[in-house]
Amino acid sequence: MINESRRKFLKTSALIGAGITGLSTKSVKAEPKYVLDENRMGVLIDTTVCIGCRKCEWACKTAHDLPTQPIESYDDRTVFEKMRRPDAKALTVVNEYPPKETDQFPINVKVQCMHCDKPACVSACIVGAFSKEENGSVIWDTDKCIGCRYCMVACPFQIPAFEFEKAWHPDIRKCDFCFDRTKEGKLPACVEICPMEVLTYGTRKSLIERAHQKISLYPDRYIKHIYGEFEVGGTSWLYLASKDFHELQFPKLGTNTAPGVSEAIQHGIFAYFVPPVALYALLGGVMWINKKKAESNKNKEVHHE
Amino acid sequence: MSENMKPVPLPRRYFTPTVIVIAVIAAVGLLFVLARLIFGIGAVTNLSNEFPWGIWIGIDVAAGVALAAGGFTTAALGHIMHKEEYHLITRPALLTAMLGYTFVAVSVGIDLGRYYYIWHPLIMWNGNSALFEVGMCVMIYLTVLYIEFLPIVTERFIGRVNLPGFFKRFNVSLDKLLRALDRGLDKTMFIFIIAGVVLSCLHQSSLGTLMIIAGPKMHPLWQTPILPLLFLLSAMSVGFPMVIFESYLTSKSFGLKPETNIMANLGSMVAPLLGIYLSFKLGDMVIRQTFVYLTEFNTASVMFVIEIVIGVVVPLRLFLSPQIQKSPMGLSIAAFLVIFGVFLNRMNNFIVAYNPPYVFQSYFPSIGEISVTAGFIALEILLFRAFVMIFPIVSVPQHSGTKAKFSIRSV
Ligand code: SF4
Ligand code: SF4
Ligand code: SF4
Repeated sequence: MINESRRKFLKTSALIGAGITGLSTKSVKAEPKYVLDENRMGVLIDTTVCIGCRKCEWACKTAHDLPTQPIESYDDRTVFEKMRRPDAKALTVVNEYPPKETDQFPINVKVQCMHCDKPACVSACIVGAFSKEENGSVIWDTDKCIGCRYCMVACPFQIPAFEFEKAWHPDIRKCDFCFDRTKEGKLPACVEICPMEVLTYGTRKSLIERAHQKISLYPDRYIKHIYGEFEVGGTSWLYLASKDFHELQFPKLGTNTAPGVSEAIQHGIFAYFVPPVALYALLGGVMWINKKKAESNKNKEVHHE
Repeated sequence: MSENMKPVPLPRRYFTPTVIVIAVIAAVGLLFVLARLIFGIGAVTNLSNEFPWGIWIGIDVAAGVALAAGGFTTAALGHIMHKEEYHLITRPALLTAMLGYTFVAVSVGIDLGRYYYIWHPLIMWNGNSALFEVGMCVMIYLTVLYIEFLPIVTERFIGRVNLPGFFKRFNVSLDKLLRALDRGLDKTMFIFIIAGVVLSCLHQSSLGTLMIIAGPKMHPLWQTPILPLLFLLSAMSVGFPMVIFESYLTSKSFGLKPETNIMANLGSMVAPLLGIYLSFKLGDMVIRQTFVYLTEFNTASVMFVIEIVIGVVVPLRLFLSPQIQKSPMGLSIAAFLVIFGVFLNRMNNFIVAYNPPYVFQSYFPSIGEISVTAGFIALEILLFRAFVMIFPIVSVPQHSGTKAKFSIRSV
């Protein structure tokens, strides 16, 4: 009787173990698309030449079928009075930072998704709705998203925006690096329209080279820092500026990738399902021993009586 | 003692003045849930692009999961360590866990922008995502909890199946079915019990991994790579206090004698667990030298101190005192403080500590959010009361002669 129950127990445990390991081989592949192509593209933003005309905002909205005022209205510079952030209705915005001394020019900074090389949003999304594509863009798949907003919690640049006002089928919106346009060989809408050539589209490698050249050619014009070269493991969009990025409200971030620690923990706990299965076996063993102990105790009591 | 203690349904009048107040709170909450479904998350909550998660995640989900830890801790004690004297409390703890997790799932549902896609994680996997793991574990564990509860249902209805009118003809076959189900469950229950404990350990800790990816957005007093361990340890230490507190409330509200012995025994196990949690929490603070933030006076530092002192240190001291050990009232107060501490910890981790780089308006929950949270807690209490009246959950001393038709298994 004891032997039989023990055998049964072992058999069931083994079956469960096998079932879970069966799952694990699948789950190793169960990750969203993530490619870090050597020739991935990027954009270099030279904030020192931006004039804050906001034509890029208009072009972005037009390219993404978002409602927009006529392009002339974008000459209104009062919008710069308040700092703005990208949201579900504007995937990129330009802010202005007034100069400290009166003889200097204000600095304009265009903001959008950074298209990280190791994106927190891709790692975090519960259903893998985000992906990092060959061309460097980080895009979002509406057919998967469940609207949990964990991507927003995860993004170190506070970029993904959610359509809070929608009761039915709200989207996550963010810059998609004009994925549909670049597929057809067109430039990203903002890059195409910018009259000052603030934005340079090219492979990330070439952009970094070019940025370093610019810095060494004009050491008075630029500070020695390409924002995005190393931040959170590197981003596809890169910035040059004439003053400390922190003063331009860029978040101060280290060089560690955003998802590094959490992925390490995740994979530690779930290393091929070994720890959970081991815990299962351990608890099973403890349970079995304790049950036997209790039973033999009972038998003893009976004998005493 | 446990021979003449037997779980039975407690027939009482359902509505008392307190129950009516609780029902009103629940109704208001449900109205706001309706409003959220019709007008959207933005209309009912104060959530924004800066603060994507509010109390529906921080309290309903994170604290809800932690406070349902009584289920797996008592299962481990009663079934895995096989301490039969605790079988009395496994049922109430199981019921709390089952209701608790049900409402965790419901809360996630209303917080999801696209709640009708809640099944997506089942087929769209992302093994890198801590949230994916939490979601899967909670889904499976909820199923396991329902399975663990089934024997209580079969016990209630075996030999008592009595369908009215037309359905009368099914009575015998339904009874047979229940008996077969019961036998099958009896043989396989250990699988589910162990699975429940494993799943709990997994998602209780992964809930801590959730906020790690927020990196510098999270206040350094809470942001640490050992968050999963801290979450697991605190969940383990809040399990028994939940059972103590609840058993005290149940005994009060149904006019029964409190289980003083069991409460004291459970209480004696809380102090070591709390002590381990506290030492890890303080050790982490020393190693990462985050105590410097305590010299600043702001919401974060104040909340942290309250969480540690009132939620951990004071109850730890109370549980060590022999006088407290002897009084059900004292034990319940100490237990309540632990519950408060863990509740505050989850809220701190998910809300107070979350400090994104660009903030236009800081977050405070809206009336709608608070009403829904309060409403769900109220609903849970109402359901608990109903279940305790319908099903054999709470054990009471038996007068001789009331033999059950069907022998009771100690699950
Ligand atoms: S900036 Fe944010 S949204 Fe954009 S790729 Fe990086 S993590 Fe994702
Ligand atoms: S809101 Fe959508 S895209 Fe963002 S993490 Fe959730 S499922 Fe993924
Ligand atoms: S279009 Fe070019 S110059 Fe004009 S605001 Fe945008 S980046 Fe600056």
